[in-house]
Amino acid sequence: MSWSLKVRTFAVAAICAATAILAVALAPGAEAKTLRFAFQGELKSVDPYQINESFSLSVNGAVYEGLVRRGPDMKIQPCLATSWDVLDPLHWRFHLRKGVKFHEGQDFTADDVIFSARRVLSAGSDLKGRIPADARIVKVDDYTVDFLLKSPNPLLINEWESWGMFSKSWSEAHGAAEATAMNATTPPYAGLHANGTGPFILVSHEPGVKTVWRKNPNWWDTPKHNIDDVVFTPIPNAATRVAALLSGEIDWMDPVPLNDQARVNANPGAEVLAGPEIRTIFLGMDQFRDELGHSSVKGKNPFKDVRVRKAFYQAVDEDAINKKVMRGQATPSALLIAPALFSRSKDFKRFPFDPEASKKLLAEAGYPDGFEVQMDCPNDRYVNDEQICQAVVGMLARVGVKVDLNAEPKSKFFASISAAGGYDSSFYLLGWTPTTLESYNVFQYIVGCRNEKTNWGGNNVGDYCNPSVDALARKALQEPNETGRDDDFAQGWQIALFDDVGYIPLHQQALAWGVSKTTHVIQRPDNYYIFAWVTMD
Amino acid sequence: MSRADVDLAKSGPPPPSLVARLRDNDLVASFLSSKTTAAAGLIALILIVAGLAAPLIAPTDPFNPAANFLMDSLTPPRFVAGGDPRFLLGTDDQGRDLWSAILYGLRISLMIGAFSVLLGGAIGVALGLIAGYAGGWIDSVVMRIADVQLTFPAILIALLLDGVAHALLQKSNREETAFLVLVVAIGLSFWVQYARTVRGSTLVEKNRDYVQAARLIGLSPARIVVRHILPNVMGPVLVIATINLAIAIITEATLSFLGVGLPATEPSLGTLIRIGQNYLFSGEWWIVAFPSLGLATLVLSVNLLGDWLRDALNPRLK
Repeated sequence: MSWSLKVRTFAVAAICAATAILAVALAPGAEAKTLRFAFQGELKSVDPYQINESFSLSVNGAVYEGLVRRGPDMKIQPCLATSWDVLDPLHWRFHLRKGVKFHEGQDFTADDVIFSARRVLSAGSDLKGRIPADARIVKVDDYTVDFLLKSPNPLLINEWESWGMFSKSWSEAHGAAEATAMNATTPPYAGLHANGTGPFILVSHEPGVKTVWRKNPNWWDTPKHNIDDVVFTPIPNAATRVAALLSGEIDWMDPVPLNDQARVNANPGAEVLAGPEIRTIFLGMDQFRDELGHSSVKGKNPFKDVRVRKAFYQAVDEDAINKKVMRGQATPSALLIAPALFSRSKDFKRFPFDPEASKKLLAEAGYPDGFEVQMDCPNDRYVNDEQICQAVVGMLARVGVKVDLNAEPKSKFFASISAAGGYDSSFYLLGWTPTTLESYNVFQYIVGCRNEKTNWGGNNVGDYCNPSVDALARKALQEPNETGRDDDFAQGWQIALFDDVGYIPLHQQALAWGVSKTTHVIQRPDNYYIFAWVTMD
Repeated sequence: MSRADVDLAKSGPPPPSLVARLRDNDLVASFLSSKTTAAAGLIALILIVAGLAAPLIAPTDPFNPAANFLMDSLTPPRFVAGGDPRFLLGTDDQGRDLWSAILYGLRISLMIGAFSVLLGGAIGVALGLIAGYAGGWIDSVVMRIADVQLTFPAILIALLLDGVAHALLQKSNREETAFLVLVVAIGLSFWVQYARTVRGSTLVEKNRDYVQAARLIGLSPARIVVRHILPNVMGPVLVIATINLAIAIITEATLSFLGVGLPATEPSLGTLIRIGQNYLFSGEWWIVAFPSLGLATLVLSVNLLGDWLRDALNPRLK
């Protein structure tokens, strides 16, 4: 065969092959279903241990599964553990699912559970609270693991949906045996690559740009979804996000700005999926430094005085925030927990909005002319977060407190206010969803005194600390029935939020997802985005 | 003075009045002969005066959070149904009077524009003079740096400088430093045009007789450059400065629009447009419309003035 003939033959073959591929690709009904999802903030890392934030946990949950998971009704279901026995209150035994493989082919065994426990407790992890620090984890055989506790904890597994299992061999081979703190400047291997057991396999991750997953064909469970690929893009600008949904560029986004909900619903191609959310938005104050890091007051910390904290509380007009910033769609809250999750909620009322009383309290505390303090605020995390902060700035200005607002994207905000950033904030706005659906979780992470040994108070940025509140929360855990538990919690809330004014609760925001009419999603009140439940027409 | 001199001065024609001198001036004549230019000049003047006098003419102080009430937020303009007589152009999402916010925003935009032009101009002119007069390796180094910077869009450099500054500066005084950071970031991203122009003119001027003469009588190079060359290269600099003023204002607006400029508590026109853009499709059009209109008018009028100045100072177009 001459050279030119060879080339010609090759060309003909290539064209035939290309046509065949094209024909397959264009065949009706065979096209890949791609779910295009957008959120206002970015996904910084694909390592879920880096940040205890429900957005990151839920999206990374597509790759990393826990021993248990929660269903659409929030009930706990078996996942990588098929069953568990509480042999006695200090001894839990988990039976692992057999035949589960990680995306890169490793078998899932007890060693991976023990490794993941060690990893989740490693220095850089933000999820240390998932496991009591003094628990001992023992391998019984390849598919059985024992958790030996020092004190009883009936809520042990409540947060384990978001404690995803890592492969021991994969992590060790890639230098990812320990979690990397979220303020690390260079992304670690596990921050850009992922290897879980979940329904979706990470294809690529460009932080702040785009993240792509594809269906895991070898998933151990029968998929409820019918999608082949998921593409996530952050779209920080609310108007752009709405335009992208209405033009069909994306299928699912969160949140729909309150001012655009009517317009989205009026559009034939999309709708707003609204629902109550169990996240509480609140203001926190630095109560542990002897001198505030960012304030005009030198040599002392005004927030150590309960009168100053109450003055701030009474200066904030939450009804105006709800009416104007939240357009009436939030639920003003006296507690750091949603009414649906706490039976005694109605016994508590917010301190009334009263600028005069606030001024008087400030004067009594020695600040008749107020003072200056910086406020840290995310601008792409919660519904209208920056506007809430701006409104708070105005309200505090009227009682003489000058607030310098530092509104930042959440990646910067969390990096500086978190444990990794040295809790660097004097006054801040934060939201919290108790993933366990009860008060104990809020006491453990937000209200409890910071303690590295017990992993309490990990997200207590201002370190409000009252040991009697912690004792009440711990006592509640031992109560066998919910009424008794809620009595203890009620006492704890009374002290923390009313006697001590440790925090200023604002409201529970309403969920508002924008979804195209051809996409069917399931909304949970904890605002988890679960790709494995999405079906597309 | 001799007697003859005095006589001569007495017998000459009287010195022309200021008005007459202005009328005879080429620049003024060409300014008045073009209706567009005259209109642009008038509008620019009104806007500059309005901006500078903002604290006097604005009904409220938009930078004082205590003076703005959340319950007033999103009020439409006075002349639209549902408007409030207190708010001529309506209010934004925090209850700020838009008319006042635009006046103050205009002031900030103009100040940042002017200061950054001064900074960029000073750096560029100085480096251009040094490079042009000294020549040799100094010239090469300065001009190669300029070439490298020219390969990046100015807005990108401003963004970069802004990001670096924010990372370096204490977070405590971010609100206070935002203004300064913007001036430096924008100023540093626009020095190249000045440097290149001034270097070119300096190369021409430095071989002129008057420079040679100054050198011969032993003046120091610094004195020659500052006293003799500088006044002769300033014409083109003025043109670039005017055009750059418009670009600097737009750059500031862009940075603020992207959220890295001035904070929402002290809005410039760009910040106001960023806030308003969220409400663009949801019916509250005035928050974005009026600040945009203000910005467009300001930039257009300054640009027209710059174009006219360029033509008027160009001897080849006469």
